[in-house]
Amino acid sequence: MTQTLTGTESGTGTGTGTGVGAGTGTRTRPGAAARKRLTPGRIVAWAVLAAALVATVFPFYWMVRTALTPAADLYSDSTSLVPQHPTMVNFLRVMGLTSQEEAVAAGGSGAQVDFLRYLLNSVVYSGLIAVLQTLCCAMAGYAFARLRFPGRDAVFGVLIAALMVPPIFTLMPNFVLVKDLGWLNTFAGMVAPTVLMTPFAVFFLRQFFLSIPREVEEAAILDGVGAWGLFWRVVLPMSRGPLLTIGLTTTVWAWKDYLWPLLTGRDEEVRVLTVALGIFQQQSPNTSPDWTGLMAGSTLSVLPVLVLLILLGRRLVESLNFTGGK
Amino acid sequence: MGANTAVARPRGPAGPASGEAPAPGRARRAPDDRKAAWLFLAPALLGFALFYAYPTVRGVYYSLTDYNLLAAPNFTGAENYQQLVTDDQFWNALKVTGYYVVVNIGSQTLLALLLAALMHRLTRSVVLRAMLLVPWLVPNVTVGLLWMWLLDTNLGFVNHILNTLGLGTTGFLSSPDWAMPSIAAVNAWAYTGYTALLLYAGMVQIPQYLYESASLDGAGEIRMFTRITLPLLRPVLALVLVVSLIGSFQIFDTIAVTTQGGPVGATRVIYFYIYEQAFTYFHMGYASAVAVVLALILGVLTAVQMRLLRASRSDLA
Repeated sequence: MTQTLTGTESGTGTGTGTGVGAGTGTRTRPGAAARKRLTPGRIVAWAVLAAALVATVFPFYWMVRTALTPAADLYSDSTSLVPQHPTMVNFLRVMGLTSQEEAVAAGGSGAQVDFLRYLLNSVVYSGLIAVLQTLCCAMAGYAFARLRFPGRDAVFGVLIAALMVPPIFTLMPNFVLVKDLGWLNTFAGMVAPTVLMTPFAVFFLRQFFLSIPREVEEAAILDGVGAWGLFWRVVLPMSRGPLLTIGLTTTVWAWKDYLWPLLTGRDEEVRVLTVALGIFQQQSPNTSPDWTGLMAGSTLSVLPVLVLLILLGRRLVESLNFTGGK
Repeated sequence: MGANTAVARPRGPAGPASGEAPAPGRARRAPDDRKAAWLFLAPALLGFALFYAYPTVRGVYYSLTDYNLLAAPNFTGAENYQQLVTDDQFWNALKVTGYYVVVNIGSQTLLALLLAALMHRLTRSVVLRAMLLVPWLVPNVTVGLLWMWLLDTNLGFVNHILNTLGLGTTGFLSSPDWAMPSIAAVNAWAYTGYTALLLYAGMVQIPQYLYESASLDGAGEIRMFTRITLPLLRPVLALVLVVSLIGSFQIFDTIAVTTQGGPVGATRVIYFYIYEQAFTYFHMGYASAVAVVLALILGVLTAVQMRLLRASRSDLA
């Protein structure tokens, strides 16, 4: 057990570092003077947090470590914290950058896999849904918040009632619909159910638009700006934060999505990462799974998330405040 | 369906109106924004009608039919529901799901509460919170594969540790007794950080001076947690519980990539059972009937939880 702890400490170096940094930060907060002393209780508390951090990060470390291990070493070298013969071949072969023979020699099942393409498909899938859904829901949310038209509250009520229907319930009829439209294995069919709206996004953005002071809009109306121009040129630029929040949560949701793309997008051309990982795992022999290849593919599905976290981590973390504190 | 046709009609005239909306000389907006409103709502209403309203109605209808995707649905009345009552696999799926939900939500909520409380009293670090969020940001499929490897009977790291400690080897995902708790623990791992952040957001809203005056009165951290944090957090806690409970009932991805409902049905949860019936055996009608039952269970749970939430609120006031 001690071996695990010391081993991962290097992996979580940044985390521990910031933890200490933030601890120093609290000292400047008023009223915290009594708490800055390192009492035994506080040491235990920090140790628990550190353990949680290790438990969070270690599986990812092990994933990367396995991905860098030659398949031939899997049995002989399955416990050391650093692979004895690190190699990139697993990444190369799951991205389809090696010849078939090389891939099989490195532990592949011989099935053609191209994780670069799946990665791109995932980006297209989540990007399309995030951008279009956010825009469409912003338009709808604005109409429900500001425009006056007969039946507004009734229509909104019906839309919100859809929050009560679990996704599995609409999954089967939606599958039949997309199949009947001939949209199976197309991006159109894959994004169709979520690209135009989700009840939550409409609700969330409406709440935000209701909270904007009307004065700003009224000034623009006096300048002769119509509802359409008002929305695009005045309201949207003011709403960057909430739009980004919805856009981000939708991106994460779409990135993780599995069941719907599994049903509607199995073909190589549109296969997203999650579906590809599932298929890859099924193709790999049950008795001795291609762990090094699977972990290389898994690593590729985690990397974009890390990029997102580095670029927008603060926004993402604080958006949870936003939705949770509502 | 009604909403659908209603959208289709105004779409024509609304098109050109978009260009004219910022027309000159319109100092004041008309009291009725009907035209603009339909334009704003058109995409969302179309999406709602086609992919929410219509399939909901159709799903209820399917549940009353015999439907295999190839031939048209054949109306059979309540037959699917009668079959459901005597279907052992259905009842087993319910039982297994209940077991999963209790273990998963129980462990995840307690751990998240602990983490949130520690963060709340120790640090405001955004980096720490961001790192705890990573398992939630990663696809469940990845989480499933990752833990399938870590929990592997022969080569998995967890069994390596257990062996080193002299505890022997456990087939976490291959033994019928261990499979479900293992899956529940894996998903608790994936969602604890996220849940902790939600709870933390609730704790941050508790006025700081309460802790300061309690501290001056000589109250310890544990006492402050049970007397200040927990009671004031109760509305947020109930809300988080509702959300995670409803999410937990819909476990699918992790099981689909790891155990596929096995061994011997030990992890065939209700979502997976519906999926299997619909897309492996093409019993669309029957699967829809099970989905109706799941929808009802989730509806009742939401109502019960909401009532609890309201009750706890009045306690506080």
